[in-house]
Amino acid sequence: MTQMLDQIFVTAKLWLMGYIPAAAKPLASAILSVVPVLIAFPLLFAITTWLERKGLGRIQNRLGPNRTGPFGLLQPIADAIKSLTKEDIVPLRADHAVHFLAPVLLVLASFLGYAVLPIGRNMVIVNLDAGVLYFFAAGSVVELAVFMAGWSSRSKYSLLGAMRAIAQMISYEVPLVLASVVVIMQAGSLSTVAIVEKQTGYTGIFPHWFVFTPWGFVGFALFMIAATAESNRSPFDLPEGESEIIAGYYIEYSGFKFALFFLGEYLGMFATSGMAITLFLGGWTAPVSFLTWIPSYIWFFTKLVTLIAVFIWIRGTLPRLRMDQLMNLAWEFILPMALLNMLVAGVWHFMPSGILRWLVCTAIVATPCVLFSARLKRKKRLQVRTYIFAD
Amino acid sequence: MTAAFFILAALTVAGTAAAMGLRNAVHCVLALTVGFAGVAALYLQLGAQFVGLTQIMVYVGAVAILAVFAIMMTHKPGEDQPRIFSSHWVVGGVVAAAVFSVLAWAISSSGTANQFPPPEPSVTVLAIGDSLMHTYVLPLELMGLLLTAALIGAVVIAMDRREETK
Amino acid sequence: MVGNGILKGLIETARNFFGSYVSKPRLTTVQYPEQREPQIEATRNFPFLVFDGPDWHAGMRCVACQICEKECPPKCIFIEKSKDKKPDAVGKPQAYPAVFNIDISVCMSCQICVEVCPFDAIKMDVEYDLPTDDRFAGLLFDKQRLSKSNEYYNRIHPTEAGAIDARFAEERAKAKATADAKAAAAAAAAAPQPQPAGEQK
Repeated sequence: MTQMLDQIFVTAKLWLMGYIPAAAKPLASAILSVVPVLIAFPLLFAITTWLERKGLGRIQNRLGPNRTGPFGLLQPIADAIKSLTKEDIVPLRADHAVHFLAPVLLVLASFLGYAVLPIGRNMVIVNLDAGVLYFFAAGSVVELAVFMAGWSSRSKYSLLGAMRAIAQMISYEVPLVLASVVVIMQAGSLSTVAIVEKQTGYTGIFPHWFVFTPWGFVGFALFMIAATAESNRSPFDLPEGESEIIAGYYIEYSGFKFALFFLGEYLGMFATSGMAITLFLGGWTAPVSFLTWIPSYIWFFTKLVTLIAVFIWIRGTLPRLRMDQLMNLAWEFILPMALLNMLVAGVWHFMPSGILRWLVCTAIVATPCVLFSARLKRKKRLQVRTYIFAD
Repeated sequence: MTAAFFILAALTVAGTAAAMGLRNAVHCVLALTVGFAGVAALYLQLGAQFVGLTQIMVYVGAVAILAVFAIMMTHKPGEDQPRIFSSHWVVGGVVAAAVFSVLAWAISSSGTANQFPPPEPSVTVLAIGDSLMHTYVLPLELMGLLLTAALIGAVVIAMDRREETK
Repeated sequence: MVGNGILKGLIETARNFFGSYVSKPRLTTVQYPEQREPQIEATRNFPFLVFDGPDWHAGMRCVACQICEKECPPKCIFIEKSKDKKPDAVGKPQAYPAVFNIDISVCMSCQICVEVCPFDAIKMDVEYDLPTDDRFAGLLFDKQRLSKSNEYYNRIHPTEAGAIDARFAEERAKAKATADAKAAAAAAAAAPQPQPAGEQK
């Protein structure tokens, strides 16, 4: 029974494929695989906007929206109607073709990343041999869309915001990829399905997720920090902070194109969270061995919603990082930690299993953190300030 | 020679021809990016997953961004161009035709291109990694050294200003 | 330890989130207009005219002395004295205002009119829900709109109203006592020669 429920989407697709003539089978198979993703994730986007507003409200000692429908549940519909009916203002001197294509490219690139995420057992759109590489390749197209948006508006603020956003995205892409390299090293494959397969065992009731190892834990933390920066979310939302640069690179967009940018950004957040779940949190596997009867896609979406809640929680807690603080964090802390993590993963692989390798690996990973905090606690000698441009 | 190949080939040729013929520098770079994406799709269609995906990641994700950064920093935005196509398309077309003829002669006179059906690609990511670590480990290390030198050089250039004002 | 501050911050926001469902200090939103904040007794917004008894016109305490009109800093009170007289709160025939308008778009709630009124006729109201779609006539309150009963005054400012009522009762008792004494003296003086007419009350 649970097996049937688990594979219900796969069996439904196979049943539908039986009715399609052989000539159209490849195309129909592709469409039948893609359409559920195209429906499910924008729906999740709508739910996330509601969750975010209510969650942030409660964190900030206030109610979120509660007038549109019970508990404000119809708020996403109201937002959709508003963004569809707003006047679409394009600046006179803007590059109209590029201005139009930028949000389209952003949403397209964000959707492309979902092709390799295994949402359930046997439920991946395409099982590429180099799935993780494909995911990061699709993610790097987003930067081009950001540039297009910033440049085509022909406005100083949008250009500045676009430069900052691209710089931030590029700097955090390196730690993002390096944090996932440790998983690839351990799993021995670039295919997302194989990586999830590696995490399906249980010792007692505890799963073999990669996050429960020293290198996996650090890798997960670094991946999440880099993912927050990649999707321009607080505390890394300087390129789009309203009190800083008033929406940065999409300042000249209104109405539906703005909604598309919003959609693209959130879809990117979901895709990177999905990849984090696949790499570190065991994909569609259950967290304890006696709960494996719950269908696999339920587990994937539960973990996804949990990660989204963590994103919202962090957004409500931390202040925004300044541009130079952001870049310093990327190049001086996250990147060396990611490289050290790779060393630790290598040590873990070659040491015999047991308590010793746990201790050694944890020691290697914890040392820079302890040293860093010791350095922060030391009293700083204040330097004489020299101003380069103001004299 | 399936329909997919023709569509992708048309896309690539159109992209690169536009990159040659357009006047606005940013439009040229974006059209070139379309050409890069077309080439990557052709690689993927041939079954070379690693090369195709690396093409996207490196060319579209890094080289195109580098080009647009260069334009952003040096170009004055807002110049209105009355004409869409540049006036040098004749020279560009001649150069492109010359390069194409050389490449076509080289490919058609090689052995592998004339086999029909074409041999199945047997290179997987595992095989590439294997050969990088065993056969080609020396070029790999040299490339790593080169990249590290470039990174350190960039940091030194960026840091120079702070040293001056101390 | 690195990350310590972030963890403390996260714990605090989590406490905020879950606490907002159970404790009032962590959810201070008052959902206007279904819920209102309680007002203190000394709240004031715009003035109103007090009347005693059931009839708002007959029991109006205002005698159109026009002191408040002269003292009002932005000159938002407009009074026209009546030509005839009517008995006031203690029975003496007094003038009354034929027209008494306050322009609440001008009024700055300074309470000077209340402070200078010798008859305790004008007091500060607490009503702030005064929307209108006519910004000239809708914000010019006339005599009838401004008149509210003494019971209402007792409800909104119980201490003040109680003190004023006590004072009025005392004055009335004193007036009655002097009148009774006078009547008794007149009766005693006029006992040998009773005078049917001219009895003063």
